[in-house]
Amino acid sequence: MESPISQRCHHLLPSALLRALATGACACAGLLLSLASAAADAQRIEAGRAIAHDWYRGNCLACHQIPNDPQAETLADIGPPIVAMRERFPDRAQLRAQLWDPTVRNPLTFMPPFGKHGVLTEEEIDLVLDYIYQY
Amino acid sequence: MNARRRRIARCWAGSIATLALAMVTIAFAAADDPEADRTRMIQFFEARFPDMPLEDYVYGAMISSPDARAQYEQIMEFPPFLNDLDAGRKIWEKPFANGRTFADCFPNGGHSVVGNYPYYDERAKQVVTFERALNRCLEDNGEAPMRYGEREPMGVLTAYARTLSDGMRMNIEVQSSEARAHYEAGRDLFFRRIGQLNAACAGCHMHLAGRIMRMEIISPALGHATHWPIFRAGEELMTFQGRFNRCMEQMRAVPYGYDSVEWNDLEYFLSYLSNGLPLQSSVFRK
Ligand code: HEC
Ligand code: HEC
Repeated sequence: MESPISQRCHHLLPSALLRALATGACACAGLLLSLASAAADAQRIEAGRAIAHDWYRGNCLACHQIPNDPQAETLADIGPPIVAMRERFPDRAQLRAQLWDPTVRNPLTFMPPFGKHGVLTEEEIDLVLDYIYQY
Repeated sequence: MNARRRRIARCWAGSIATLALAMVTIAFAAADDPEADRTRMIQFFEARFPDMPLEDYVYGAMISSPDARAQYEQIMEFPPFLNDLDAGRKIWEKPFANGRTFADCFPNGGHSVVGNYPYYDERAKQVVTFERALNRCLEDNGEAPMRYGEREPMGVLTAYARTLSDGMRMNIEVQSSEARAHYEAGRDLFFRRIGQLNAACAGCHMHLAGRIMRMEIISPALGHATHWPIFRAGEELMTFQGRFNRCMEQMRAVPYGYDSVEWNDLEYFLSYLSNGLPLQSSVFRK
């Protein structure tokens, strides 16, 4: 992932030499930054996984399999498996809407309205999204 | 427009969430008596489990798992809760201060009676479950009633007393209009979405029957009333209404509580649906 800061650095530096030097520095800083943000992402994904697997919070595993997550132990066959999320929901906002209130898309659904009924907080929903959007 | 259309229109005016279950209710609302409800329920499950003999519905979730059923048969050959049944038998047989016993409160000394419960008591204007009948028996004989939902004495006592009706067919009657109102209140509750998870009993025990929720197969509502109390994992005694409480907690709704009007009405409805099915007490559940 390219950090926005490294791009800004490029524009501020005039001379080719300086640019070359600075690019190296920027790349280093950028690398550190993206490592840091990767670590932050990993943390969010872990937090999201914990919520999604927890019986008393997301409890997604009550109804869904998550075949690409070896930690997701479930035999559930109620909702469709959580796979190809980016392909099925290119617009992340739509996926969020599915979690927030699935009765909008399907009034007869069995899936609980996690946001609308306050089952999960807004932040918890975002964490679960970070977790499932990688699959 | 006809009543059905008007009903749908009213539902749209209400929230979308209620609409969802109202649709299911509509399928049943056209029925003009409990017997028609029961027939429709049977048809619903026949479509879902085509070759399942009606009698097998007493096995609950195990109708979808021959393995679980085989394990069940094995455990039931020598059930781990025989001591509890024995404790219940002692309570059943122990004379009250006046010398009478529980057996004196029931026809046939309490044999082959449980299939008639719950019934609607026209004079007391209430649904009387078998548990409530046991408490009435105590009160009529000057004894203190037992607390509902507790393992002892009520739980083990019913576990034993119901064995005296093993094999009897459920035989619930809904005769007067008042009885009918209680039956219908139970039915409404069964189909209503409640709680934070927006679920209804019917959602799981009709539409998702036979499906797997995490690790557990979900049982059909048909046959729910026939085999109480259950011993979960062979040990935890759970009454019919105790199971309602548990499911309500899972739906993140506040359970109504033992012997509440709501639970008694729901038990009345579910018991009617099991009419014709044989009783068995007590049974093992996972
Ligand atoms: C009680 C059952 C249940 C639970 C719990 C549940 N879901 Fe669902 N989910 C469903 C069902 C059923 C569907 C099918 C769509 C429908 O009913 O409209 C669905 C659909 C979805 C979809 C859309 C899939 C697609 O490709 O169209 C996503 C994404 C999803 N669920 C994610 C989740 C997440 C994340 C959680 C936990 C926070 C969760 N679900 C919890 C039952 C459930
Ligand atoms: C979210 C799904 C769900 C909902 C909603 C639900 N249940 Fe259950 N119920 C279960 C599961 C899972 C079990 C355990 C497996 C089984 O069905 O035996 C169960 C078990 C039962 C049993 C025991 C069956 C037996 O033979 O041991 C009864 C009775 C029951 N539920 C009644 C109800 C009633 C009444 C309601 C509504 C107040 C309700 N359930 C709502 C999932 C649900």
